[in-house]
Amino acid sequence: MHISRGFHGRRAEADPARVPPGQYVTDDFPVLSAGPTPRVPLDQWSFSMRGEVDEERRWSWEEFQALPRDDVTVDIHCVTKWSKLDTSWGGVSVDTLLDGVDTEATHVLAFCDGGYTTNLPLADVTGGRAWVAFAYDGQPLDPEHGGPARLLVPHLYFWKSAKWVRGLELRSDDEPGFWESYGYHNYGDPWREQRYAGD
Amino acid sequence: MKWRFATVADVHPETGRTTSIALRVPGWGGHLAGQHVDVRLTAEDGYQAQRSYSIASAPDDDGLVLTVEEIDDGEVSPYLVEELQPGDELELRGPIGGYFVWEESKGGPLLLVAGGSGIAPLRAMLRHRLARNGDVPVRLLYSARKLDEVIYRDELTRAAENDGIDVHLTLTRERPDGWQGYARRIDRDLIAEVAWPPAERPLAYVCGPTPFVEAAADALVSLGHDPGRIRTERFGPTGS
Repeated sequence: MHISRGFHGRRAEADPARVPPGQYVTDDFPVLSAGPTPRVPLDQWSFSMRGEVDEERRWSWEEFQALPRDDVTVDIHCVTKWSKLDTSWGGVSVDTLLDGVDTEATHVLAFCDGGYTTNLPLADVTGGRAWVAFAYDGQPLDPEHGGPARLLVPHLYFWKSAKWVRGLELRSDDEPGFWESYGYHNYGDPWREQRYAGD
Repeated sequence: MKWRFATVADVHPETGRTTSIALRVPGWGGHLAGQHVDVRLTAEDGYQAQRSYSIASAPDDDGLVLTVEEIDDGEVSPYLVEELQPGDELELRGPIGGYFVWEESKGGPLLLVAGGSGIAPLRAMLRHRLARNGDVPVRLLYSARKLDEVIYRDELTRAAENDGIDVHLTLTRERPDGWQGYARRIDRDLIAEVAWPPAERPLAYVCGPTPFVEAAADALVSLGHDPGRIRTERFGPTGS
């Protein structure tokens, strides 16, 4: 290990069991996106479940809002090193969206306004571990942060929690998404510090 | 991705809050203009902190230059700006990011829109374009609070005077007497004046603080530019 001469650091006061290696805790909510913020009117918004399913499922904004809502408080970890603890979200569990779906799929590719995609194992978006969130801190989700709705998969680095999400494509293969094709890790577990390909 | 040792070859203050750090990185495999690196510092007791910094040098330059802005109550940037000296070693890994990059094959015309220290990766693109002596037209729109916070000011002046690069500065807080440039925050009209019309299909790179990037990218989209040709890199107040 190389000691940086004269560096003392500012020790985090947060519980180390909640802050993965190489992360620091922030109270802000930084924004990172590869392009302009898409703005889609709610009457033109829909959410789809497509790919390896018997029949594509699609919800309008109103239908989506009528689904059972979960409110969750989770810690989130961005690959750019910040973590934010106890963030409160409202949305629909991906389990609810997949309820009754018969599929052989092993992975999902989330697709979004603006063309962003990200890939995840199906097992990582089921079992109460992923949501399509449309509220943050009790308010409608801000467009900068992915509103009207974003994926929320807090146990993986936050680029997996795709902003402006419009649906999930169920797949029997693992198709790399946007950042995964630009050298970021395919899975992205913050606790194993899987930031980049090969980590 | 592997951590490497870099040796500080030079530190060069750019403005009161920003310093360029020239590094020698044995085994460095090169980078594309616009990419960044992760820097890791280690305290004597083993405590470590990591942050990302854009590479401000062109792939054509010798060595690697990071231009770092000191963030108030930041953890890493005050060390890099205030403490680091030639001969010190840093750990870094990279290059990282493959989307916010420009190389000649991507063509142009090239519209660079910078807010504050967001100029750093765009300067790498500008230097790369000049080093290759290509014919892609470049326009730079750079917003700073005041003239002495304009990073790379001499270099940008030379690029404008000698190399035909179209450089537009806007100073949002304080202007010297007789200032001829723009004097307001970037808005739709300002972008419309500086940018090529949408029909010319410029390739736009926008980098700066989040509200700046939101405003500039929204303005480009509302003027009719293809969102697929607008690439953004944002840093929040915690980009320390």
